[in-house]
Amino acid sequence: MASEDHTAAETLASLPARFAPGDRVRVLRMYPLGHVRTPWYIRGKSGVIERLCGAYPNPEELAYRRSGLPAEPLYRVRFLQQDVWPDYRGSAPDTVDLEIYQHWLEPARAGK
Amino acid sequence: MSDSNPARSHHDMGGQPAGAVERTEHDYSLWEKRVDAMLILLAGKSRKLMTVDELRKNIEAIGPDAYDRMSYYERWIHSIAQTLIQRGVINIEELGRRMAEVEERHSRGGS
Amino acid sequence: MSSHHEDDHPHATRPDDSDRLTYYQTMEIAVRELLIEKGILTADDVRRQVEDMDGRNAGMGAKMVARAWVDPAYRQRMLADGNAAAQEVGLDRGLFKLVVVENTPQVHNVIVCTLCSCYPRWLLGLPPDWYKSRNYRSRVVREPRAVLREFGLDLPDGVTVRVHDSNADMRYLVLPMRPTGTEALGQEQLAALVTRDSMIGVTVPVAAT
Repeated sequence: MASEDHTAAETLASLPARFAPGDRVRVLRMYPLGHVRTPWYIRGKSGVIERLCGAYPNPEELAYRRSGLPAEPLYRVRFLQQDVWPDYRGSAPDTVDLEIYQHWLEPARAGK
Repeated sequence: MSDSNPARSHHDMGGQPAGAVERTEHDYSLWEKRVDAMLILLAGKSRKLMTVDELRKNIEAIGPDAYDRMSYYERWIHSIAQTLIQRGVINIEELGRRMAEVEERHSRGGS
Repeated sequence: MSSHHEDDHPHATRPDDSDRLTYYQTMEIAVRELLIEKGILTADDVRRQVEDMDGRNAGMGAKMVARAWVDPAYRQRMLADGNAAAQEVGLDRGLFKLVVVENTPQVHNVIVCTLCSCYPRWLLGLPPDWYKSRNYRSRVVREPRAVLREFGLDLPDGVTVRVHDSNADMRYLVLPMRPTGTEALGQEQLAALVTRDSMIGVTVPVAAT
């Protein structure tokens, strides 16, 4: 459905990956307007890189008819639900995984 | 209605308070399937006349009340039309004229 | 509620209400006519695309799941590269990267797209209304166990629940666990047990009684 095939190994020029699976990262606490794919509920939260999904043109640019290049690393980041919701009542190991573009992430120290 | 925090866009609803999930399903109407089809055709490799990103952006720009009142494919056709206007594929006047003509045709008993 | 059998038939189309056109139905007709007149689409293109989507249903994803249940090496390949695994069983690889997440006795997965309603449509067909609803999109990331209970799935505390928010460019398919008591079933019979909802993760397949 997309105009670009996102399944092929990327041959687009892409930015180098800054993070690797297992790295602790924090989602930036920023609140721009415009088309972003980082949900509001995860801003400022810390989690662990579960995998590098690949590098894709930045949707924040594509939405405005710009190329979104160079392609940017997209990561699946795993968060403990209890770290995301103060009132979470499920089990302690429950998680929520989201796809976060590299420019929304910064390194986080263990425990924060 | 959830809190209206300007930092959170209305479509960005993960974690907001909401009610029980109604497990409704409906067979899609033909007009809805055609909306879906048009998006796939327009965004496809051979035409590249819009992107899924523009579709989403224009849906997100729908005001909160309208967003909630509109059905899923109403939001889609609204956004497709908006995108095509932004891109200059169609213009507002011809859209307006054609919609009026369609209505008139329909009320006369045509399609 | 979502028996697999209903997914086998070509999808019914609800008849348009011919008494009156809504504003947006009018817009759909107008946009389509303008695009056809401008030579951008043909009526045939639209018809064929509608038929193509009508032909897609959960039986396609179920085919992959059933194969994974009987063939451990295929299961590994499916987990490593969902698109290639789809292609291997004669399905479209699709345009979005497919991530397959596996249920185990310790882990249960459930999929949502909180931002819009992304869904592996090329493998399951169009999503159900509830998947796109405000209530599902809002609550399943925050209180998944309560939402799963509404679907009749009560998971013990000892099972970890993983919610996957399909918020960017991936699409997800849950690989459910093979139900017990199905050792004698062949691949096609197994596929018949795999419902769309179990591949979203709001239910689990059960052996037919």
